[in-house]
Amino acid sequence: MIELKNVTRRFGDAVAVDRINLTVESGEVCVLVGSSGCGKSTTLRMINQLLPHSEGEILVDGKDVTAMNPEQLRLNMGYVIQGTGLFPHWTVARNIAMVPQLLKWPRERIDERVHELLTLLDLDPATHANKYPQQLSGGQAQRVGVARALAANPNILLMDEPFGALDAITRENLQLEMLRIQSQLRKTTVFVTHDIDEALRLATRIAVMDRGRIIQHDTPENILRRPASDFVENLVGKQDRGLKLMSLRTVRDLMQSYPQPRQPEPGADGLKEADSLRVALSIMLWQNWNQVPVFNADGEETGTITRERIIREGA
Amino acid sequence: MRIWLPPVLLTALLCALSAGMPVLEPLFQWVQPDKQNVIYERESFLFLLQNHLMLVVISALVGTVAAVAGGIFATRPSGRDFLPLVSQIASIGQTFPPVAVLALAVPVLGFGEAPILVALILYGLLPILRNTLAGLEGVDATVRQAALGMGMSSFQVLLQVELPLAGRVILAGIRTSVTINIATAAIGSTIGARTLGDPVIAGLVNGNTAYVLQGAILIGLLALTVDSLFEAAERVWDRRFLPQTAG
Repeated sequence: MIELKNVTRRFGDAVAVDRINLTVESGEVCVLVGSSGCGKSTTLRMINQLLPHSEGEILVDGKDVTAMNPEQLRLNMGYVIQGTGLFPHWTVARNIAMVPQLLKWPRERIDERVHELLTLLDLDPATHANKYPQQLSGGQAQRVGVARALAANPNILLMDEPFGALDAITRENLQLEMLRIQSQLRKTTVFVTHDIDEALRLATRIAVMDRGRIIQHDTPENILRRPASDFVENLVGKQDRGLKLMSLRTVRDLMQSYPQPRQPEPGADGLKEADSLRVALSIMLWQNWNQVPVFNADGEETGTITRERIIREGA
Repeated sequence: MRIWLPPVLLTALLCALSAGMPVLEPLFQWVQPDKQNVIYERESFLFLLQNHLMLVVISALVGTVAAVAGGIFATRPSGRDFLPLVSQIASIGQTFPPVAVLALAVPVLGFGEAPILVALILYGLLPILRNTLAGLEGVDATVRQAALGMGMSSFQVLLQVELPLAGRVILAGIRTSVTINIATAAIGSTIGARTLGDPVIAGLVNGNTAYVLQGAILIGLLALTVDSLFEAAERVWDRRFLPQTAG
């Protein structure tokens, strides 16, 4: 758990972060969102003390960060930044092994862990372990960046616009990857982004920041339904709020389930349980379907969903 | 190892020429027909070569340690205020002609090797210092931020990240410095240091072009040998730290 109490950060006379209070519960993904210069990155860097705070208190698992050795504090927090910050003179494997090496793990345990993480992040250990960062694509490099942050199994993950420099398709893939990994590992995560869609997709709770203050701290659904101010309302986009709400929920929520999963007819078209309602509606409009079968991850047919129900109850 | 072939060949040529200069007597006789004695014999070339090299190596070692330490200091958060001062000191060392350093140092240190060592150290500082600063400043800021953020101490960041990444540029600075100093060391002969400049000075004084040529050829060959040695060292460095770019 991370608690910020009345935390302020000044640069000379300028106040970058102004008396903010924020609590990130264990296992939660807290996304700090706001425009550039709103203090979101400064807030993140105060948590691992890359920037000391000017006033207030920062507690990690109940302990004041200023009382801890900064290196010890950071070794227990994964850190992922935009542009990866991978070490260009080290192989992928050595980059990932960085923190375990600092913690003096035995050689075999490190090798095993590197292999495990490459597999977790969908990189083939045989082809990628001995490559250098410059030989990777942007998306692969950021996967390695995430693997490096997870290497010593820290409880806390700090991510500073990690997918900001990637193209839209790669970014979406990595976001989905991140959701998958988070559902397995349940790290306490603080994630900084300026992309509200990324925030809505990944967050359990969103903190909207503007000019050094937290304007609203709430679940994605409440941020969309009850924005605290005009600023938040503009940030989430007044016009397509309905569609954004739909993208928070999945087909699983509104489908009519069969009592037993069935084997589908060969070549049958349909939707997946994990598809968002927004994607489902879009596909149904395009294909002009009114009712389609829904498949689970194993490819079994588990129910159906109707266009009418999505429109009636989706948002 | 093909990398090491050129320096080995040049070293062999340099040693052979230093030891066997008398073999070339007919050639020098043709250059300088009016002199009886065309091979410099007051001191063996091997001894002069050895002494010359020693002066360069000592000054390079001292200069490298001082310049790299200064460069590291000036790029730390605590020393950043001194960055302009450090670059100025190094620039002043370069603008002082070595001859002027000798003129100032001789009254204090006397004749011999000491004043030329001082001049070589001062003269060699700037290329190393400049490249150390450029190399360290050139390390990607996100890499340094990531290293610190993941829990490395500042000292670990310096040793494991910054120096390996800047080392190639620093090495190039040492190469420049040493090559310049091989030529500059010859001036030491004017104040009683024994270097490969001895035959050159003697030749100029006596009007014996053969002597001048012998000194100049050996100094040139020494510079080439050492330069090719650095060339090989840089290639080895690339293989070790930047294998993906090495052809």
